[in-house]
Amino acid sequence: MSSNKKYWKSVEELNENSSIVETLQQNEFVEEIPTDEFLGNKESLESSKTTRRDFLKYVGFSTAAASLAACEGPVIKSIPYVVQPVEIIPGVANYYATTIADGFDFASVLVKTREGRPIKIENNTLATTSGSANARVNASVLGLYDSMRMQGPVKGDSYISWEDLNAEVSQKLTELSGSGKQIVLLTQTFASPSTSKLISEFKQKYGNVNHVVYDAVSESAALDAYQAKYNERGLASYDFSKAETIVSVGGDFLGDWQGGGFDSGYAAGRIPTKGKMSRHIQFESNMSLTGANADKRVPVTPSQQKLVLAKLYSEVVGGSVSVDLPEHILTAVSKAASQLKSVGSKGVVVTGVQDVNAQTVVLEINDYLNSKAFDAATPIKIRQGNDKAVNTLVAEMKAGKVGAIIMSGVNPIYTLPNAADFAEGLTQTELSVTFSLKADETSTQTQYIAAAPHYLESWGDVELKKGHFALMQPTIRPLFDTKQFQDALLNWTGNDVSYHDYIKQTWNENILAGSSFSQALHDGVFVSNGAISTSNGTNATATATDDKTFVGGIIEDVATGLGLNKDKETTTATEQTTTTASVSGASAARALASSTASAGLELSLYTKVGMGDGKQANNPWLQEFPDPITRTSWDNYLTVSKDDAKALGLKSEHVANGGLNGSYANVTVNGTTIENVPVIIQPGQAKGSVGLSFGYGRTTGLKNEMKTGVNAYKLYHNFNNVQDVSVSAAQGMHEFASVQLHNTLMGRGDIIKETTLEIFNTKDKSEWNAIPVVSLNHVETPVTSPEVDLWDEYDRTIGHHFNLSIDLNACTGCGACVIACHAENNVPVVGKEEVRKSRDMHWLRIDRYYSSEESFAEDIEKKENISGLGSSLSEFGEMEHASDNPQVVFQPVMCQHCNHAPCETVCPVAATSHGRQGQNHMAYNRCVGTRYCANNCPYKVRRFNWFLYSENDEFDYHMNDDLGRMVLNPDVVVRSRGVMEKCSMCIQKTQKTILDAKRDGREIKDGEFQTACSAACGNGAMVFGDINDKDSKVAKLLEDNRMYHLLEYVGTEPNVQYHTKVRNTTEA
Amino acid sequence: MKQVSNRKLGRNILKLSLIFILTISTSIFAQEGDPAKGKSLFNANCAACHKLDKKMTGPALRHIEQKLADEQGLDRAWLAAWIRNSSSVIKSGDAYAAKIYDEYGGAAMTAFPQLSDQDISDILAYTAEEAPAPVEVATASGTGQASSESGISNKIILGALALLFALLAMALLLVRRTLNRFAEAKNVDVTETKGVPIWKAFVQNQFLVLVTVIFLLLASGYYLYGYMMQIGVDQGYQPVQPIHFSHKIHAGDNGIDCKFCHSSARVSKTSGIPSLNVCMNCHKSVYEVAETTATEEYSKEFYDGEIKKLYDAVGWSDADQKYTGETQPVKWVRIHNLPDFAYFNHSQHVSVAGIECQTCHGPIEEMEIVSQYSPLTMGWCINCHRDTNVKVKDNAYYTKIHEELSKKYGVEELTAAQMGGLECGKCHY
Repeated sequence: MSSNKKYWKSVEELNENSSIVETLQQNEFVEEIPTDEFLGNKESLESSKTTRRDFLKYVGFSTAAASLAACEGPVIKSIPYVVQPVEIIPGVANYYATTIADGFDFASVLVKTREGRPIKIENNTLATTSGSANARVNASVLGLYDSMRMQGPVKGDSYISWEDLNAEVSQKLTELSGSGKQIVLLTQTFASPSTSKLISEFKQKYGNVNHVVYDAVSESAALDAYQAKYNERGLASYDFSKAETIVSVGGDFLGDWQGGGFDSGYAAGRIPTKGKMSRHIQFESNMSLTGANADKRVPVTPSQQKLVLAKLYSEVVGGSVSVDLPEHILTAVSKAASQLKSVGSKGVVVTGVQDVNAQTVVLEINDYLNSKAFDAATPIKIRQGNDKAVNTLVAEMKAGKVGAIIMSGVNPIYTLPNAADFAEGLTQTELSVTFSLKADETSTQTQYIAAAPHYLESWGDVELKKGHFALMQPTIRPLFDTKQFQDALLNWTGNDVSYHDYIKQTWNENILAGSSFSQALHDGVFVSNGAISTSNGTNATATATDDKTFVGGIIEDVATGLGLNKDKETTTATEQTTTTASVSGASAARALASSTASAGLELSLYTKVGMGDGKQANNPWLQEFPDPITRTSWDNYLTVSKDDAKALGLKSEHVANGGLNGSYANVTVNGTTIENVPVIIQPGQAKGSVGLSFGYGRTTGLKNEMKTGVNAYKLYHNFNNVQDVSVSAAQGMHEFASVQLHNTLMGRGDIIKETTLEIFNTKDKSEWNAIPVVSLNHVETPVTSPEVDLWDEYDRTIGHHFNLSIDLNACTGCGACVIACHAENNVPVVGKEEVRKSRDMHWLRIDRYYSSEESFAEDIEKKENISGLGSSLSEFGEMEHASDNPQVVFQPVMCQHCNHAPCETVCPVAATSHGRQGQNHMAYNRCVGTRYCANNCPYKVRRFNWFLYSENDEFDYHMNDDLGRMVLNPDVVVRSRGVMEKCSMCIQKTQKTILDAKRDGREIKDGEFQTACSAACGNGAMVFGDINDKDSKVAKLLEDNRMYHLLEYVGTEPNVQYHTKVRNTTEA
Repeated sequence: MKQVSNRKLGRNILKLSLIFILTISTSIFAQEGDPAKGKSLFNANCAACHKLDKKMTGPALRHIEQKLADEQGLDRAWLAAWIRNSSSVIKSGDAYAAKIYDEYGGAAMTAFPQLSDQDISDILAYTAEEAPAPVEVATASGTGQASSESGISNKIILGALALLFALLAMALLLVRRTLNRFAEAKNVDVTETKGVPIWKAFVQNQFLVLVTVIFLLLASGYYLYGYMMQIGVDQGYQPVQPIHFSHKIHAGDNGIDCKFCHSSARVSKTSGIPSLNVCMNCHKSVYEVAETTATEEYSKEFYDGEIKKLYDAVGWSDADQKYTGETQPVKWVRIHNLPDFAYFNHSQHVSVAGIECQTCHGPIEEMEIVSQYSPLTMGWCINCHRDTNVKVKDNAYYTKIHEELSKKYGVEELTAAQMGGLECGKCHY
């Protein structure tokens, strides 16, 4: 597509008479080369004894010396173990099952270790409780080798020994225990039975102990609602695979909603089998991952979401509410409700609105529907934070009522909106200790930083769901002089057992019921049959329940806040049913209905798939991970709808070099202003709402390169993720590092093939997934037929022939595969500047395409009907503007491993060649860097090493220090400057599988072959295998009707298959 | 392999001794033993833990019977009981038995109920022998002289040759002078004709110059190419190692299987340098080399010193027979270095293909100091892949592939190259 747009980099360029622009156009380099610095001083030049000839002599000599020295090989030392551990064989990987539980991410994982070093996180296939490892969990292994980690316990500015720290702290604690001042434990959600037990022992010993659980991103409302209804603090669990109709009101359940991990189940229901798939309707304000996957997405502002819920409740359960909503939303709600009713128990409703009433309404609807996808009996335990307790704590700290505060896994000075109050309170305490991996915002303010180990160096246990337990075990000896919080607690309570023994004891007594601890440790998970509930034993929880009186099942203060009590007096006649549950639901719905929309803009705070709550902000993989929706890395930003942006005078546009620029805006919430927040105009953002993500704007404990974005926690007043906001344009433009420039698909439906369930079920394949044809002797011939092929076919029927299948229906765009690929293949991090120059090195990218019409047919129709220049300008322009509510498709693209590869024919040195097994090989040592191959690749998947990215101070990421390089996979080369690289279809993994089979003398079973991405994909979207094995899953997928190849008409015959996306547009 | 044969050997000796006992031992208490038989019994049964003159796992046994009788007043009956079942002696409450048991770290001596009284007498007779007189220094110096003699003889021959040539040259000069004198006497004119000097003639002959230049260019091209091609090829690289480990002694003289120490070659991409605890499996008891191991170049003292280096590194106190815990990892110099862009897997070649280690590493069992035998260049790899047939027999993985591929190529047996062993991506990723 050629564009007639005028591109410009700054406003100045639009001024035709500007002299600056004139100068800039003439000079490529804005600044003169600073020759004056070394040639300017004439005196010193003349007095120098080095003549030109001498200089040349030196140059010649040093060149000769250097080249001679280069001929001499270096002496390489090999140091074997003195005593080799029995389980380690150099060159062979060991796998350990463990669990990540950092307070935000909880998942059972398998850790791959080489020579004792953890190098990769994989999915634990034995664990079915929590979802598969997401992008952050995959990247967490790099956090172990973070060069900014604390190397030992610190008091003030100097290192002290653990003995001293323990002695000083326990002495102080003993002093305080009699003084009447509180001892506070402020921790992340551990969800750990052993830790709970340990903390209760700690309480017994020191008396006035208050344990406050604090989640940086709160789920308090949902927890309160669940607690009110089921008398237990937890979150209802959902299995979306059992749902036929899913209605979500602001619930980003494919993201981090209620702890995340729901995507596997969701994806299972999205693959059309026997003509059926789930229907997903999403009402939301920000364009979230979940909304992007929905069949129908209705943009609504946060305040409208409450009304939508109230309306939905009244339509599904009964009762009447009058809500003030635009007509199209009301229709959508009605349709959703009737669809829910029609599927009955196969429907499910979720919400992300942080409001007890909203959460109660959802519980009631699901209860009413008797939803099979909804499980209140085994609540999720991985969010236990209590906002009230945290607020109380800050107040008490300021009042000087807190004698000692011991923190673990939290960073309140970064994550609290009233961080200044907390910091002030901290100075009032007599003892403050932080267990922290880093000298971060909070730990630097406390008296002691107790260096904590990474989870890959720790023992631990987690109760993910009620009765579903997981164990955490160290996979490496601690790298530094660290001790975990629990070991210290044991020490301070005068218990001299190790935490490992303590866990073992707790498990044997309370959990295992006779099962083997070793087996549980081997599996990493244990599901108990009996109902064992671990009491939280926290004061926080106690206060939460004690402080509240219940009004019809919902909490009084909330109800009062929403004017519910008044409601209750006036409307009683509508209550048809007499069950208490229904009463609370109806009143909650009414409370929701009465909530008023704010006059101005509403801000929705959210977490990004890449950064989460910001714990891993110093992780270069995650910083460079492009957000699935905006495709922007290294930043957070204010997402604004097009109309609002226009009204506010905000812009975001692409400039000539392909980079994305955005205006700056000042964002004010409740008197707190964040200045210069970069703006991205987000298609699909509900008008009247803006979005900003948490996790950025860290200031302490991370490298300068990682100090990106703004800290949205400052606006997180009262732990409410929806805030009334005022936005004003600020000076200047922000330069983003965005990796995808496409605005819309422009009707080129053959990159993405998409259809609706109705067409898929009723029409022939040739209508919705036709093979392109070319004219051969005036006869239309499919491009796959050999007659129209330029190449001779090579016989690949013998041996293995690998294919990777990608199902666009199951792919949610979560990006776990992208990080898994980084870890497996030593993909370098290049930094923001380089990403902006389109020099990202990602072997696997997930393209995001918007389409502006309901179907591609409409786009194509529009394109076909363009006549004349005038029309084309306006119509193309119209299509280019992503619509207010675009449809979104995610498409993972890596090297397609074409059988007839265009890259191979143009390489002058035969550095890239084809293997019989279907893989396109790349011999890095042969490559001379002409980049012809990248030019000739229709899929743009080849990546060029513009620089040396390892051991180079210009790229100060993990590959620049010895510690960070420990994560590198020893089976894959670290590429050097000037060579081309690309996806190898994990040839190191396929070769290993083959070798293992050869050694055992057996055939290879289906499922043994895996690539890093297919193994990381918990959604079943990526399937890898051997198509010569006719019984394999991938061979069957190749014959599937939905199968197509990317840009099939080019005739490249790729070995990567895609499966047409089917949308369920059937409305009930 | 070696271990198995050893075990058999031991069992055979046991059997033999049993037969021997059954046939010969008739008297209940034979007072006099045969030291020769005793020696073989000692080596078969006792030598793993006892030396005659050195404390090892168990005490030194020279004159043990005499010592016990003198110091503790214990007789041969006590000794026999101890040997046949020491733990029962300890249990019986014998004070000295308990003392010995404690002294040696509570490690009970293996019971030898199969030893007859005659056997015990034989062994005791062997232990009662006097230690051989220390080897005379004279013999050592004698061998030294012999070696120096051979050195001298070489020099003499060279000197004689030099003398001979000098004499010849002098003789020729004399002959010439004499002939000149004759010519002078006979008035023959011997003015030498001064022709064109050779170099001038050479320069004038343009054809010759051209040929020479072409030859020189070709030659220099050849040598330059040769030089360039050997850059980075370290064939024959023979670095000095921190511990003089002789593969000749271990793999050659003692016939230890390569994979006994380099066990990871079977399952891993690396063959693995054995960790020091592997060395100590044997070297706990092998604290010195045999006299016969010493060569002209390396004396017994030298080899024993190298074993001491091992003990220092692994932190083994030979005197106390226990680990001190102070270790010092050995920094071996790596000999075979593949560049990191080439992937090589030992197990593929060793376990799957069944290739002998010597195919690539050369006659390791003859190398006193290991050197790189093969060039380890890509051409060398490729040639082998072209020539070597894939070992498909009894390997279910290959059954189907081999059947189809061999039909396709029309060959009986497939080479590694035909199996795809020349593809770039198989080794470069």
